[in-house]
Amino acid sequence: MKVTIEVNGKTTTEDVEDRTLLVHHLRDTLGLTATNIGCDTTSCGACTVLLDGESVKSCTMLAAQADGHTVTTLEGLTGRDGELHPMQEAFREQHGLQCGFCTPGMIMASVSILKENPTPTREQVRQALEGNLCRCTGYHNIVSAVIAASGQEVDR
Amino acid sequence: MIPVAFTYRRPSSVSEVLDLLVEHGDEAKLLAGGHSLLPLMKLRLAAPEVLIDLAGLDELRYVRDEGDTIAIGALTRYRDLEIDPILAEHAPLVAHAAGAIGDPQVRHRGTIGGSLVHADPAGDLPAAVLVSDAVLVLRGPEGEREIPVDEFFVGPFTTPLAEDELLTEIRLPKQTGIGWGYEKFTRREIDWAIVGVAALGKKVALINMGGTPLRAHGVEAALADGASIPDAAALAGEDGNPADEPHASADYRRHLATVLTARALTRATGEVPAGLS
Repeated sequence: MKVTIEVNGKTTTEDVEDRTLLVHHLRDTLGLTATNIGCDTTSCGACTVLLDGESVKSCTMLAAQADGHTVTTLEGLTGRDGELHPMQEAFREQHGLQCGFCTPGMIMASVSILKENPTPTREQVRQALEGNLCRCTGYHNIVSAVIAASGQEVDR
Repeated sequence: MIPVAFTYRRPSSVSEVLDLLVEHGDEAKLLAGGHSLLPLMKLRLAAPEVLIDLAGLDELRYVRDEGDTIAIGALTRYRDLEIDPILAEHAPLVAHAAGAIGDPQVRHRGTIGGSLVHADPAGDLPAAVLVSDAVLVLRGPEGEREIPVDEFFVGPFTTPLAEDELLTEIRLPKQTGIGWGYEKFTRREIDWAIVGVAALGKKVALINMGGTPLRAHGVEAALADGASIPDAAALAGEDGNPADEPHASADYRRHLATVLTARALTRATGEVPAGLS
């Protein structure tokens, strides 16, 4: 079927098999490989992208379901001149990553979190990141990064 | 993991959905948020030939105050229930249970209708809707029928919904000002409940204590006879027939049911159970 999705501000129209998962469409058809496939079972959050501005796990959605909608991947956060999004900047400043595999999903989930709760507490950030696993267990700095991106002072 | 090939359809009205169900019968599956069905299809435990996406049915996304009841459209997402002001006032247990499901990403997709029809005995919303004495509205080719929720969960992942029917609405009697408690025990934050308990006033529903969500009739009868919370909750393990499997033995689940029932009932009285915040 023909699927039209606005991805990172650009309208894309592609022919896909009906059963194509959104994450495969993004990575294999559109070549946007920042979005990782981790567990492939809706648990780890590595494949998190924004659908109409809200975080979703792209391994548990069909490309067909995104037809007519807007998708933002990590590539879409960065400004045209390469300027980092405040959340990316905060992850770098706070060292919110170790191996980096979970990072694209963590950042997309975090952008969605601040949209719903612009000034969360550390505890609220931890709760809201329940769907994203970091197997380096670097959660402390990830939480600090979200707090910093919200404009609040980071209290370690 | 990739599902078996299927044909995707996205009708834009309930009547089109019903036509497609008549046309395709048991070869078709309805897709709501997809957070139960798509994982099953990826594991190839489900392999429908036709997938009918309900995303075009905006008419089934609502929470409405209808006097004595709250009407919820079957395609209302968990996230929308979690933050709905009408539910916050008149059915806070259901809003809370919706917020206890999975993680934010799941709650941005999953729907109340999908959860009820999937009928997972470990699900959060089925128990909250069961203890609320809700009425479910089903639409089929012959028209609409209503079914009380206590007749809806008939076995594991099994409901009386016919192949050509669609769940369209959930009607909750208003619970304004009635105390409630919701407790579940999980091994990890986003896991299904090993055991869970939804309490509403002196009514109690148990999660994962058998093949369906269950009302704890023994506990409710004891409370009605004036038993204390600890004495009534001690009976919770006798209701149901919990699974004995590697995550938890049946005896451990019975133990959890008594502890969590006492906590949920304590919260329903407005107090915080000892040792909890």
